[in-house]
Amino acid sequence: MITPEPGDSTPIVGSQTDIAPLGRSGAKPAHELTADEERGNMPWEAIAADEDFKKLLAAKMRFIAPVTIFFLVYYLALPVLVGWYPDLMKTKIGSLNLAYVFALSQFFMAWIVAGFYVVKAAGWDKAAAAVLAKFNKS
Amino acid sequence: MFATPLPFLAATATAAAPVNHTAILMFVGFVAATLVITFFSARKTTGTSAYFAAGRRITGWQNGLAVAGDYMSAASFLGIAGMIAFKGYDGFMYSVGFLVAYLTVLLIVAEPLRNAGKYTMADVLAYRLSPRPVRAMASLSTITVSTFYMIAQMIGAGQLIKLLLSGVVSYEWAVTGVGILMIVYVVFGGMLATTWVQITKAVLLMGGTILLSTLVLKHYDFSLAKFFEAIAHVPVKGADGQMVTKDFLQPGLAFGRTAANPWGPVDLVSLGLALVFGTAGLPHILIRFYTVPDAKTARSSVVWAMVLIGVFYIMTTCLGFGAAAILTPGHILVDGKPSDNMAAPLLALNLGGNVFFAFISAVAFATILAVVAGLTISASTSFAHDFYTNVIHHGKEPRPGQEVFVARITAFVVGGISIFLAIKLQTVNVAFLVGLAFAVAASANLPVIVLSIFWKRFNTTGAVAGLAVGLFASIALIIISPSVMGIDPATTAVSARRIIQHATIFPLKNPGIISIPLGFLAAILGTLLTREPGAETRFIELTVRANTGLGSEKATSH
Repeated sequence: MITPEPGDSTPIVGSQTDIAPLGRSGAKPAHELTADEERGNMPWEAIAADEDFKKLLAAKMRFIAPVTIFFLVYYLALPVLVGWYPDLMKTKIGSLNLAYVFALSQFFMAWIVAGFYVVKAAGWDKAAAAVLAKFNKS
Repeated sequence: MFATPLPFLAATATAAAPVNHTAILMFVGFVAATLVITFFSARKTTGTSAYFAAGRRITGWQNGLAVAGDYMSAASFLGIAGMIAFKGYDGFMYSVGFLVAYLTVLLIVAEPLRNAGKYTMADVLAYRLSPRPVRAMASLSTITVSTFYMIAQMIGAGQLIKLLLSGVVSYEWAVTGVGILMIVYVVFGGMLATTWVQITKAVLLMGGTILLSTLVLKHYDFSLAKFFEAIAHVPVKGADGQMVTKDFLQPGLAFGRTAANPWGPVDLVSLGLALVFGTAGLPHILIRFYTVPDAKTARSSVVWAMVLIGVFYIMTTCLGFGAAAILTPGHILVDGKPSDNMAAPLLALNLGGNVFFAFISAVAFATILAVVAGLTISASTSFAHDFYTNVIHHGKEPRPGQEVFVARITAFVVGGISIFLAIKLQTVNVAFLVGLAFAVAASANLPVIVLSIFWKRFNTTGAVAGLAVGLFASIALIIISPSVMGIDPATTAVSARRIIQHATIFPLKNPGIISIPLGFLAAILGTLLTREPGAETRFIELTVRANTGLGSEKATSH
């Protein structure tokens, strides 16, 4: 549901009010600033030069690059094997065959990789927040 | 064709002939529900970020459902089920690619995009590159991809309604009706209405698919062994007209290497590349990540979407192979002609009777409406935000609210053009158009998105070259491919003949294996031939922003 900010007298009456939030004057709220307006206020270079930030970037690349290569190779192995080695892929496994089992394994591969990524990314969130906290203080 | 028609053949015939009142009721019910959603969304939609990005207040699981909903289009539900029903295992290859593609979205694109952009894919590119040329090209490619995708959906909707309501509604009126509904959602409700229509539809689609899969398994007494045994013995008509049994679980029915088609395996790899790289370049999926409050929620919404999409595509095994084994390909007919797009609805008719058939058809209809609305909003947002405000007016709205106004006008125009094209192109293969959309997205959009996030040296010339070459190479290769160009035997009906009657120049149906490297190559060469120091300086800002979320767009509180 919509709960107007305290002091926001914008009436909620219908689509016409898109034209402009009524009753507002003065500085734009943060979320309405354009990229150009915001650029000047942030210590971009200082953060980019920060050792912890560099470590964070390196840690991300160390995970994302090899994992991306792994899932692309694992995925493209399927059409390559099915296309050029159909007889191998027709090997029976119970009532299934190798081609179907390998295709099905792709789903679990995707879920497992996504799970690893989420765990890793939670750590990066903390590291990024720590970097930002350092710059908020100074 | 067959001496003794089987019982369900009669059912097929009777379903199409008299008016299906249950189906009409369900269609009307869904349309009414979505209009209510649109009405309430319109009351909440106040402000630009509310219109384009639903106020960035959508939660992770909601956006996950909406992303899944945008993705599981008619091409998936009707198209893939049909492809598996006719081509067996090779059709299942689409299902695999559609899910694995989300790893590209999750690992590479979603979070930087959310942190660095506002409303469109081009925002991320314009952040560090010269905005006007980049936005103009990115907008062109966004609108191209969305239009191809949209026409495919509308043709599907027209055929579906024609099948169900033949005699009541003609194809032309069905397409026009779908077009008008989608204009209403987008013009009045904006991104919020589109998102909730998408969520409603995703729930219906998952429910319908689970029910239909359960009925298929019940048909085999819930014994997977029995089910797969049946899949291994599907009766099809051989080349000499005799019935033979084929193992549908074996690869090679569509992409196998034969004397007639030595390029099959290469085509399969090419398709795989387009799927795995194309998804991360589909504008209507990318703009969904602007509707959530932050990058962390964008991440969790991709994971939600991956769970739903994965479960859905695994179930296409039941739908597609089920249709192959229970109905058999020779009996999936509409008006006596094989109709792969109708495999899932006809399977529902066979297993669940008329009411279930009406329900599944209504779900398919809901799917199409929702996806079409999502595509319209991505095209109109790109035109209004990228082209109108940023290219023509140098990034400043002439009047507050003008951008939303232009987007609404664009939705009208895009809707009108799609109605016209869908009526003109009603015989064009639906899966082919969707494949084209993926190929263009993978060749034009993905290279420049990846390079602009990861390559410091990347510049404006490279981005424009990459977008242009990727866009035109993929379209050109399709035009000279066997899908469009080729000499048909004189026995082929005129309406079924290919558009260009000339010997095929490019042997693959899927251009990705050539056009994706071309897109990357053009982007890299364009960059290396020119220098743009500003793009390198702003890369530092982009990197900090993308990796910390500093300065990213916040959720609005109204």
